[in-house]
Amino acid sequence: MNARAMFAIVRKDLKVASQNKGVVVPIIVLAVVFFVAFPWVVKLLPVMENMAGDVLGDIQKLLSKIPAGLQQEFAGLSLTQTVVVYVLKYMLAPMFLLLPLMVAAVISADSFAGEKERKTLEALLYTPTSDRELFIAKLLSGWLAAIAVALAGFVLYTVMANAAAWSQMHRIFFPDAMWLVLILWVVPAIAGLGVGVMVLASSRAQGFQDANQLGGLVVLPMVALFYAQMAGVMYFNVFVVILMGLVIWLLTGLFIWLGSRTFQRNRLMAA
Amino acid sequence: MDTKVITINQLTRHFKETVAVNDLSLEVHAGEIFGFLGHNGAGKTTTVRLLNGVIEATSGSMRVLGLNPQVDGPALRARTGVLTETPSLDERLTAWDNLSIYADLYGVPKKTIKPRIEELLSEFDLADRAREKVGGYSKGMKQRLALARALLHKPELIFLDEATSGLDPVSAHHVNELIERMARREGCTVFMCTHNLVEAQRLCDRVAILEHGQLVALGTPTELTRQYVRRLDVEIEVAEEQTEIALGVLRSMPELVLGEPNKPNGALVVTINKHEFIPDVLAALVQNHVRVYRMAPQEANLEQVYFTLHEEKEGV
Repeated sequence: MNARAMFAIVRKDLKVASQNKGVVVPIIVLAVVFFVAFPWVVKLLPVMENMAGDVLGDIQKLLSKIPAGLQQEFAGLSLTQTVVVYVLKYMLAPMFLLLPLMVAAVISADSFAGEKERKTLEALLYTPTSDRELFIAKLLSGWLAAIAVALAGFVLYTVMANAAAWSQMHRIFFPDAMWLVLILWVVPAIAGLGVGVMVLASSRAQGFQDANQLGGLVVLPMVALFYAQMAGVMYFNVFVVILMGLVIWLLTGLFIWLGSRTFQRNRLMAA
Repeated sequence: MDTKVITINQLTRHFKETVAVNDLSLEVHAGEIFGFLGHNGAGKTTTVRLLNGVIEATSGSMRVLGLNPQVDGPALRARTGVLTETPSLDERLTAWDNLSIYADLYGVPKKTIKPRIEELLSEFDLADRAREKVGGYSKGMKQRLALARALLHKPELIFLDEATSGLDPVSAHHVNELIERMARREGCTVFMCTHNLVEAQRLCDRVAILEHGQLVALGTPTELTRQYVRRLDVEIEVAEEQTEIALGVLRSMPELVLGEPNKPNGALVVTINKHEFIPDVLAALVQNHVRVYRMAPQEANLEQVYFTLHEEKEGV
């Protein structure tokens, strides 16, 4: 494997993607909304209650639906502390996964479909890289960027969540074991899934926007997880997160295998 | 020593029902500028892709720099450079970034990347704007940058696919000068796809003409014009008072002289159908005591060859 050439492709893809507003703006907006604004909005819930009525009461009703295992974790916490832990630790977990998924998807769409659209693929195909090196390098671009952004987002969120909730919690309550498993096991898997789906979508798309629309459906399972947790159907714990990661890794493997069959010089040039 | 850089033997490539390259056989020798001529869709680009192992052949065989492109694609591409029909540059990046990324892709030794890029940017007159995004470049600048990129790793064989297509005459001239310098000074073999026949005539040592994927002619521009051009204008300057006698002689040999001789700018101009008839025409004039001061065949060019072949093929 020609590692130098592969990292040159990663460097190129990331440099090109970083110049595309369609890639950068949604990532920044998502990060600011969820990791900066969200913790401070949660902190303001008691204030909002005074202004807008029984907000905490509504949340209390929601908390009554949560599974018994989670209820145990909240034992000994005041209502406002329970709300903080529930919202910042559990409700945000599926939403957090949207970040690596989206970063991986948009960068891969730009790397695969965008390259076709900009007509820059041909020069790349004439370089002394093999099909496999080219394909892996293209996967790495989206995957590494997604992991880097997710890690940065996690650090930012850790600081923001603890800072915002300090007046209620009086201690560093975030992250816990479940979040560490989420970051180290599920985030790489979900970033891989985003890349894998987009490789397939790009093989059928005419350009970046087209691929983004086709591959955008991949966020639906994350939204479903969010609602499943809200409805008390399930909640994220270490075991659930490990299992979820395993399923996502398997799906990632499947999509990447399917994608690798479409990514061959002979087929790309003949298309 | 075998000087064959490219050997193609009965190469064929189909795209579903379309035959893009049909039973093509030819050889290209080290250090030559080889012109590959044909109209759009004649199979030139497909041949370049086949020769670089980027697409697979349907049948036939080829060796490029001693390697089989279908098996040794990456090793071969490390020794070839390709200027694609569209510059295929990352327009969101600067010229420097475009070159430095491809230097890594082509395995240019790390220590030599900076001086090599500086050398090429200076040679291609792009040094002043090296740190600007390529999106703001003119078409000629983009083409020169793409050519610089193709030369980064000092390839032994370079493929140029319509290198001057769409360029203004000054930019096209500049690019052609660079191609010529590259071949003559650096000993690089150039495989040049073009439909610019004037350019091919001026630059190429040998040319191949492709029609619908098939090779229809191969040779030096001079050989091809001699072989295929059937009408040759010859300018004859005779003593002023003997013009009428000369016209009479020329009119008396319709088997050699086509049409009516004319006298557009003082000198007689006759059209003959073969280069070999020039001595016969001269002999006839001399035998009739016409004093011939000058006899200048107006050299036929590749354009005439091309159209003759095209008309033959299309049955015009």
